[in-house]
Amino acid sequence: MSETKPVWIARDYAKCSGCRRCEIVCSLSHEGRIWPEASRVRVFMLVPGVEVPHLCAQCHDYPCVEACPAGALSINKETEAVVVDQEKCTACSLCIDACPGKVPYMHPGANYAVICDLCGGKPKCVEACTQGKWNALQILEKDETHTYKLYARTPEEVTRELAVQLYGEKGKEVM
Amino acid sequence: MLGYAGKFLEVDLSNQRMKDVKFGEEILRNYIGGRGLAAKILWDRLGSRWKEVDPLGPENILLLLTGPLTGFVPGARLCVSGKSPQSNGIIGSTVGGEFPVELRCAGYDGIIATGVSEKPVYLFITDSGAEIKDASHLWGKDGKETVKILVKEGREELEKRFPGRGLWKEPAVIYVGPAGESKVRVASVNHKWTHGAGYGGYGGVMGSKKLKAVVAKGTGPFPEVADMNRVSEITDKMLEINFKDNNFRRWGTGYAGYDVGARLSSEPVRNWQDEWHDEKSFGVDRFERLWVKNYWADFGCVTACLKLGVIRDGPLKGAITDNPDYENQAYVGTNLGVFKAEDNIYLMSLLDDLGLCGIQCGNVLGFAAELYQRGILTRNDLDGIDLKWGETRAFAALAKKIAIREGIGDILAEGTYRAALKIKETKGLDVSPYVVVEKGVAIGAHGIRSGEDYPSLESFACSVQGGDHTSVAFVPLDHENSELRAILYDSGVVCWFNFFNEDARPLLWDFFEAITGWKITPEEWFNETARRVLHIQRVALLLGGPDLKWTPKVHDDLPPRWFEPLSKGPYAGRAVDREKFEEARKEYYAEVGWDENGIPTSQELKRLRLDDVDRRLRESLK
Repeated sequence: MSETKPVWIARDYAKCSGCRRCEIVCSLSHEGRIWPEASRVRVFMLVPGVEVPHLCAQCHDYPCVEACPAGALSINKETEAVVVDQEKCTACSLCIDACPGKVPYMHPGANYAVICDLCGGKPKCVEACTQGKWNALQILEKDETHTYKLYARTPEEVTRELAVQLYGEKGKEVM
Repeated sequence: MLGYAGKFLEVDLSNQRMKDVKFGEEILRNYIGGRGLAAKILWDRLGSRWKEVDPLGPENILLLLTGPLTGFVPGARLCVSGKSPQSNGIIGSTVGGEFPVELRCAGYDGIIATGVSEKPVYLFITDSGAEIKDASHLWGKDGKETVKILVKEGREELEKRFPGRGLWKEPAVIYVGPAGESKVRVASVNHKWTHGAGYGGYGGVMGSKKLKAVVAKGTGPFPEVADMNRVSEITDKMLEINFKDNNFRRWGTGYAGYDVGARLSSEPVRNWQDEWHDEKSFGVDRFERLWVKNYWADFGCVTACLKLGVIRDGPLKGAITDNPDYENQAYVGTNLGVFKAEDNIYLMSLLDDLGLCGIQCGNVLGFAAELYQRGILTRNDLDGIDLKWGETRAFAALAKKIAIREGIGDILAEGTYRAALKIKETKGLDVSPYVVVEKGVAIGAHGIRSGEDYPSLESFACSVQGGDHTSVAFVPLDHENSELRAILYDSGVVCWFNFFNEDARPLLWDFFEAITGWKITPEEWFNETARRVLHIQRVALLLGGPDLKWTPKVHDDLPPRWFEPLSKGPYAGRAVDREKFEEARKEYYAEVGWDENGIPTSQELKRLRLDDVDRRLRESLK
């Protein structure tokens, strides 16, 4: 058994530059090529300048895993990340409906859902964000008192708030 | 072909037809993509009747091209081209952002748009192909409104077509504002509210085709490359180098609105009447406090030279733009006598919304203000606008008129050079001494009188892109500032800011090899490949037409103003020396393979197998 404790990816949207290097390294690591739409973290830019990296927050009650009728989703004991069994997944999209942040989505080139697997505890996206010195994504040790579901939010919700935070009143008009 | 998505989308807007077009390895190896390929496509299709083609008419071709390096190399850009309504030649005008990435992920390396649509339309591009959609509801809409509607419409359409896939990211949108719709020659092709391909005036071309926007969402992977691991290694190396030299990351070019004027004396002040100022109120600290984001990057870039400047309170509330960068601090700031960060942000945000290029429109606004200062244009001529230096609201009012070609705006919408001809006609006065333009293209905000800035004597006069400060003629030809190097970046199509550091510069050749598998040597590039593109651009520029034609003896010259001494600042008294300038021009001609009259020699063109270019050039000289 590994001694490493589970981690989670803290996100500070206002610091995201929109460079999308997280998408580049994630897809390279999972797909062997640059493939932004197959990246397990996707940067939404519903409003220019308002970039929202969207990825799994590992809710404590895992509603996606609960909702899967095919038994394709499970929880990795070491990392506590959601693991998709690509053979079992039927792409029924019930996991998406169950997720409060609508985070999972279908792989653009195959018939299964993709969800962040935390790269086995060393997420590439965070490495890229750290390399870029943005620190919009950071690795923190998991804390039992913390409600991770708070981070499972739709990009629309986050954008609406952030647009006003950045642009003031104008932020209400632009989305 | 490694590094390429493999096909180009050709849209015939007159007949609402579309097809895929492919180019063979020989063409791509020789012309790469972006600016190089644009020169090739335009020459092949329009070269035989170049002089007759109206840039704002149905015959012109609008090109939106990526290159094999786009997306792989940090800082993705798109190259916009066609016959330029400013120079009547070919200009490769680039704009950063995610659109070129979406296009490549949808399977296209570029778009070739011909003809004119009867009604306003936009293109909607996905993995399954392209469609022409009605844009009546978007016509007349400004930038922010256009993006808002198209992002919403695009996502709804994608969700409808592919239900159960999950949330759709926004499609990327390239568009024109009201200025492009009005075929304004200083209109840009815009992206992400604040980004624009301004040089060349292609917003007017897109508008003339009634093409309001192109919306793209691709879900495929990037093209196959020769060696992906190597691409990643070179990228890491580049990022490391660029972190050491982080001036752009810290300030963008936006520190220069004060710095270039105060230190280098090469910034346009009140339509270039001065190039020096010491206005502390225009310091970067004043801009910095209006940033809401310290870094705003385009795809893959960690230099992030853009910062988001926003006015959240007060009478100018609601203005949003990217910093502005140096060029726009200068052209819609100091050039208009505007020395307040808030006012500069407001004006730039307005120009973005209207789809006007900050440099090109800023130049014509400054020109108009000087004519007003001199009493040549009256308040009556300006439809009642009191166009005094520094009057932000007055410049805003005039910009709005230009965007819809209303009143005096209709004349100024032609750009400074053509407007001057028109004013000469109506006023019977030669206003050319106040024109700071090179072959129809407003000169970027880097003067050469002080001799302290990067452009040299021949830089603008001999450039095939006129006043474009990102593509200047320079000897030696392989110098970092050289136009032949600009062709490399613009054909790749990537941002040259990530190659500013001299240690990063050689990495471009490595990227080419790792991505395309082609070993392009600097010798080959500077002696052959880039020369071919340069000469085609030069010949197209010399053929010109239909409204203007350039003669090197007359027009490979500098603005009259630059031969007058600087009146203020540490370099007061300095001016361009005509003899030295002519000497530099002569040297450049010889270096690049043009004769003493600035005409590419037959020997040079034939050496590069450009026999048909040579033949048409000789015919036109008869």
